[in-house]
Amino acid sequence: MTSATLRHAGWILRGNPLTGVAATGVLLLALVGIFGPWIAPYDPIVSNVSQALLPPSAAHIAGTDQLGRDVFSRLIVAARLDLAIAVSAVGISFALGAVIGAICGYAGGRLDRAVGRFVDVLMAFPLFVLAMAMVAALGNRVENIVIATAIINLPFYVRFARAEVNIRRNLGWVEAARACGDSHLSVVLRFLLPNVLPAMAVQVSLNLGWAILNAAGLSFIGLGVKPPTPEWGIMVAEGARFISTGKWWLVAFPGLALMLAVLCFNLLGDGIRDILDPRMRT
Amino acid sequence: MTHSLLTISDLHVTFSTRRGLVEAVRGVSLSLGEGEMLGLVGESGSGKSVTGFAITGLLDAAGRIHAGNILFRGRDITRMSGSDARNLHGAAMAMIFQNPRAALNPIRAVGEQIADAILAHKRVARDEARAEALKLLRAVQIREPEKRMAAYPHELSGGMCQRVMIAMAISCNPALLIADEPTTGLDVTTQKVVMDLLAGIAAERGMATILITHDLGLAARYCRRVVVMEQGRLVEEAEPKTLFHAPQHPYTKRLVAASPTATSRIADLVTDEESGRSVAIRLAPRQPPAPGTPPLLEVHKLAKRFDQGAAAVADFSMMIRAGESVGLVGESGSGKSTTSRMICRLIDPSEGEIAFEGRSIGHIAARDFHRSPFRKDIQIVFQDPNDSLNPRFTAFDCIAHPLLRLGGMRAGAALRQRVEECAARVGLPAELLTRFPHQLSGGQKARVGIARAIALDPDLVILDEPTAALDVSVQAVVLNLLQELKESLGMSYLFVSHDLNVVRLLCDRVIVMQSGRIVEQGPTEQVLFAPEADYTRELLTAIPHPSFHA
Repeated sequence: MTSATLRHAGWILRGNPLTGVAATGVLLLALVGIFGPWIAPYDPIVSNVSQALLPPSAAHIAGTDQLGRDVFSRLIVAARLDLAIAVSAVGISFALGAVIGAICGYAGGRLDRAVGRFVDVLMAFPLFVLAMAMVAALGNRVENIVIATAIINLPFYVRFARAEVNIRRNLGWVEAARACGDSHLSVVLRFLLPNVLPAMAVQVSLNLGWAILNAAGLSFIGLGVKPPTPEWGIMVAEGARFISTGKWWLVAFPGLALMLAVLCFNLLGDGIRDILDPRMRT
Repeated sequence: MTHSLLTISDLHVTFSTRRGLVEAVRGVSLSLGEGEMLGLVGESGSGKSVTGFAITGLLDAAGRIHAGNILFRGRDITRMSGSDARNLHGAAMAMIFQNPRAALNPIRAVGEQIADAILAHKRVARDEARAEALKLLRAVQIREPEKRMAAYPHELSGGMCQRVMIAMAISCNPALLIADEPTTGLDVTTQKVVMDLLAGIAAERGMATILITHDLGLAARYCRRVVVMEQGRLVEEAEPKTLFHAPQHPYTKRLVAASPTATSRIADLVTDEESGRSVAIRLAPRQPPAPGTPPLLEVHKLAKRFDQGAAAVADFSMMIRAGESVGLVGESGSGKSTTSRMICRLIDPSEGEIAFEGRSIGHIAARDFHRSPFRKDIQIVFQDPNDSLNPRFTAFDCIAHPLLRLGGMRAGAALRQRVEECAARVGLPAELLTRFPHQLSGGQKARVGIARAIALDPDLVILDEPTAALDVSVQAVVLNLLQELKESLGMSYLFVSHDLNVVRLLCDRVIVMQSGRIVEQGPTEQVLFAPEADYTRELLTAIPHPSFHA
């Protein structure tokens, strides 16, 4: 990163302070994800029935659940699993999608059409239902949530990379790389991809929020993560049974955590787009 | 001169940008009589277009007229109310732009678009407006106007689109037309047709015209009076003849010198103060290689057909001797770029033979040619320096790239030394090597592109319109550099261009192409001064320069 880029980022942040807030939020979330088990005030798994269903108080700032576990501690510990699922799923679809899309965009022709149609078919399904079916078929495990989330995200990256590479494939510097002795593959991987990646960073950030929701959604309907593992989706699902009796904190706090995480990633995505958009550089 | 239609006095236009206020126009004063055609000439960034936008009220949101006034028929349009200004701008004055295709609505028939322009300013029925539009299409000499009424912009050529734009502009009989680079990007022959038409219409209707252009020759051919702008200021105003034969201001002198003519030599293009090192070496007269020299490149009956079937290039045969420069001239769609890319082995020919140093290279597939030992002997300089450098590579990386891939060099002191040597060769200061393309000027980028091509000491360099995107003064410097490099490194050039005057400066022989075929080839002097093909003659007369018709 050059100092000019940093200066530019600084200028964008001044014009759009929300990006700074979002970046701080994402950083905080990452820290909680990494150090969660150490900073949680209580054990998130061990039940203590005498303390069950206590409303928020000084000792339990988010209350306790039906087994007397501290909701706040469970929220903190759950951050790691939710983030891990989202990051690895988005990472897989980003890496695969960018390479496949870039190759299709550069090569064109039959390969491009074939991959294009496959991606269209994938996108024709309601994506959440597709993910449900995949997890159900592959087996009820966390890795399968990651795989399913990665696959349903793949089309967006393929299309994006394809379009971005396609508009650049006939530029002078691409031909120049060929004249300088690079093979087609090396032109795609060493020249075109690095030029496309910054624009895809926006997609990644927006997608992370969406992947967290997706993972939580799958757990909510009982696929993937199983109790007593703390996970935001399961916490909402379990808490939902108590909402009619006024135990609102069981649902509200995990919901709030989900909402804030998604919001931070989306706002950050918008900010990254502003930072990378060359038209903002006048 | 008749009484004044437009009087601009002390006009200042500023733009607010991140780096604060930038003054694009700094005190321009000029006047224009009824029916007069005025040329407004300058290089990019001179403020000539901004002046045009200020007159037509099309300055974008960041721009503001902060001093001076513009009197149109005695009324100051900088202080006019919104609705008055709108009426004036649509009806009494009109503007046409570069790239007419982009200025037209792509999903509406051109006849309807002209009718829309008429309806915006006149209370007539749609049918009447359509009839009027048809008349206008006839006035701009579009063939079969009834049929073309229903055509969409993508079905028309660039020249035709510009005629439609002209039809739209004159639909309300404006007293003033501002033509901003109306023919830039069009072929010279099309340029001549469009400009002749525009001048004819202006004379016939008594419409005053401001022709904004970077091309001194074009302004000189069509305007009685030419003003030259530099960095937002008006530096000289004169009749074209005076301007060319006795320019007063040093900038005008440089601009006139830099415009290649039918007789100028390459060293004449650059005046001494700006040339620096490149002209310090006075070049000896060119020695064409002796007839016995073995050919470096031989091309025999080359052809290229794309999927659709029509041949882009057919029956193309030529030869380049070691140390010789050959010009390949043609208009857009003539197949010259396709040919140069086949010779550079970036695309595969459909038929024919390419032999380099006596060995056949045409059969090596383009996808494998990067592994061929000949790859480093055939290099290319691309057209637009703005998109021929990887935005994520510094100038150093760009020049080092071929050395790493083909020169067998590794990162280290030797590579650094070689890159700096190449940069010095093309006159690029070493401190610029750490910069990215967007931090370099057009001329500097062109130098990086040339340094990259010569880094491996190739035997043949293909120059694909290397100066087409540059201002004339930068073009002059680059042409000088290319000539000097050829003399000192003994390379051969295949110079692809649409500009015969530029080709003449650098080449021993010229090949003229039209619709994929060679129509004429021979020694430069012969092709330029005694052309045999009609098409070559047509190309030559279309070049706007006073030396051809003054």
